[in-house]
Amino acid sequence: MRVLKFLLQKELRQIFRDPSILKILFIMPMVQLLILPLAADFEIKNINLGVVDHDHSEYSRKLVTKIISSGYFRLKDYSPSFREGLHSIELDKTDLILEIPAHFERDLVKENQSTLLVAVNAINGIKAGLGGAYIQGIIQDYNQGIRAQWIQQPRLLPQPTIEVSFSDWFNPNMNYRVFMVPGILVMLITIIGSSFASNNIIREKEMGTIEQINVSPIKKSQFILGKLIPFWLLALAVLTFGLLLARIVYGIVPLGHYITIYIFASIYLLAILGLGLLLSTYAQTQQQSMLVSFFITMIFNLLSGLFTPIESMPEWAQVITRLNPVSYFIEVMRMVVLKGSGLADIKTHILAMLGFAVFFNGWAILNYRKRSG
Amino acid sequence: MVQNNKVITAKELTKKFGAFTAVDKISFEVEKGEIFGFLGANGAGKTTAMRMLCGLSLPSSGEATVAGYDVYKENELIKKNIGYMSQKFSLYEDLTIKENIRFYAGIYGLSDEKIKEKTELLVKELHLEGEEKTLVRALPLGWKQKLAFSIAIVHDPAIVFLDEPTGGVDPITRREFWTLIYEAAERGITIFVTTHYMDEAEYCNRVSIMVDGRIDALDSPANLMKTYSAGSMDEVFLQLARKASRSE
Repeated sequence: MRVLKFLLQKELRQIFRDPSILKILFIMPMVQLLILPLAADFEIKNINLGVVDHDHSEYSRKLVTKIISSGYFRLKDYSPSFREGLHSIELDKTDLILEIPAHFERDLVKENQSTLLVAVNAINGIKAGLGGAYIQGIIQDYNQGIRAQWIQQPRLLPQPTIEVSFSDWFNPNMNYRVFMVPGILVMLITIIGSSFASNNIIREKEMGTIEQINVSPIKKSQFILGKLIPFWLLALAVLTFGLLLARIVYGIVPLGHYITIYIFASIYLLAILGLGLLLSTYAQTQQQSMLVSFFITMIFNLLSGLFTPIESMPEWAQVITRLNPVSYFIEVMRMVVLKGSGLADIKTHILAMLGFAVFFNGWAILNYRKRSG
Repeated sequence: MVQNNKVITAKELTKKFGAFTAVDKISFEVEKGEIFGFLGANGAGKTTAMRMLCGLSLPSSGEATVAGYDVYKENELIKKNIGYMSQKFSLYEDLTIKENIRFYAGIYGLSDEKIKEKTELLVKELHLEGEEKTLVRALPLGWKQKLAFSIAIVHDPAIVFLDEPTGGVDPITRREFWTLIYEAAERGITIFVTTHYMDEAEYCNRVSIMVDGRIDALDSPANLMKTYSAGSMDEVFLQLARKASRSE
């Protein structure tokens, strides 16, 4: 225990003596939390619309006006033929063409039906999918309007229609930030946890001071704990800072208890720090460890459910997310922040995380050799 | 535990890296309180041999005991009883002199009282009064090396291993460094030192010269000069080292 005290004292002194570490630790979360949630928004806006209007009628103009006034589309091109409309897609001037056939108004009034063509540039899949869906919704709405205008709704013979009404639970305003900010915070402390401790050990390797440690009677577990505890505290400090920012800047107050978040984060950090320590037992230089931890955290973050829902991933990818500690924490964060889940609700998550922690740290201790072969 | 005053015994100690034999069946003994010079050209296997004795590297074959403990099984016990100063400077540059002393004394289990006492003594010995709060980074190399040595023996080990402790240091500081070594030896600490300076070799009680992983000569400097009918240790070393077939 006494040895550990000296190790911790030394480690904390070194950390607080290095102003760059502290700056990175607190500026990084600020920038990420202030910029990312505003920029990384899934709502598609500013879709560039091209219109090919063969009808030039009042109805066609009304339709276009309605589409533009929705706020999602910008009228960028008005071509006389579909061929020319397509050309402006090729030039990347427009994302979507709406072709209104000749006699659109006449057909609609006389024959009660007409056909519109929507052509979407699907290079950006998300934009294409959502853009198509939006315009379809608007056209349907427009259609309803015309029906109401022309067909005298017979009150006694209501049309059998199913209307679906949505009620968004847990995030009633579908506030995108409430959903993203906790996730980004998880990503952040993952990066800090996985790279800071491992870089610290590798620095000792590079400086040669680790030899001096290895030739002393310090036990492996003491050495690893001595590296783990300071960065564990530091990451919890960053988490606190991030939660404060979320509260002050975005007004995000968890429905559940902060204490639930901290309990889970404490175990989570043990696992992530263990992974970093494991990495450091293999890597010889800081470049090596940086590259590997960059690679791992990238995969962890992409397969964490932060950006894309896990449920819509292919089965094999879903299996991988079960092996990804980040996905557990993101889920827990959202459960606690949005749903107000308590410890009982995240029991399985806690158990899984304890498993990760034991696995990574155990492997790191086994693989750390005071004596080379 | 230490029999017949032998603090280090090595018998046919060997280290192989794949097909390359870095240390080839070396046998020698070092007595308590001795200053034992471990000489050899670059790449002769000195550092590898030393690392095996310190418990940093596992021998491939042969036997060795250090401070009475077996290098295979009791390497962690050896570590309690030795000091080590590597070729690479290994104090924490971002800690102060005092903090470095405190850390290394602490991890060897010295009490707070003892640490305080040792710190004062050491600072006085090295004439670093008033510099206790200076970062080690800011010290000149010679001072760093002297400090590193003093810290390597802060826990009063039975043996201290020094790997080229005076590399790159000016002649005056080297002489001061050797004064420190003599003082430590007088306190009963056995000194095991590698060096490239032949004048330093002459300060040793006994000297071994390694060539191509083997110990080719082992005796007191005076006897070695007689055996090889040489005027200085320089000549002895050159005669032996020229036979080397492997270079760096």
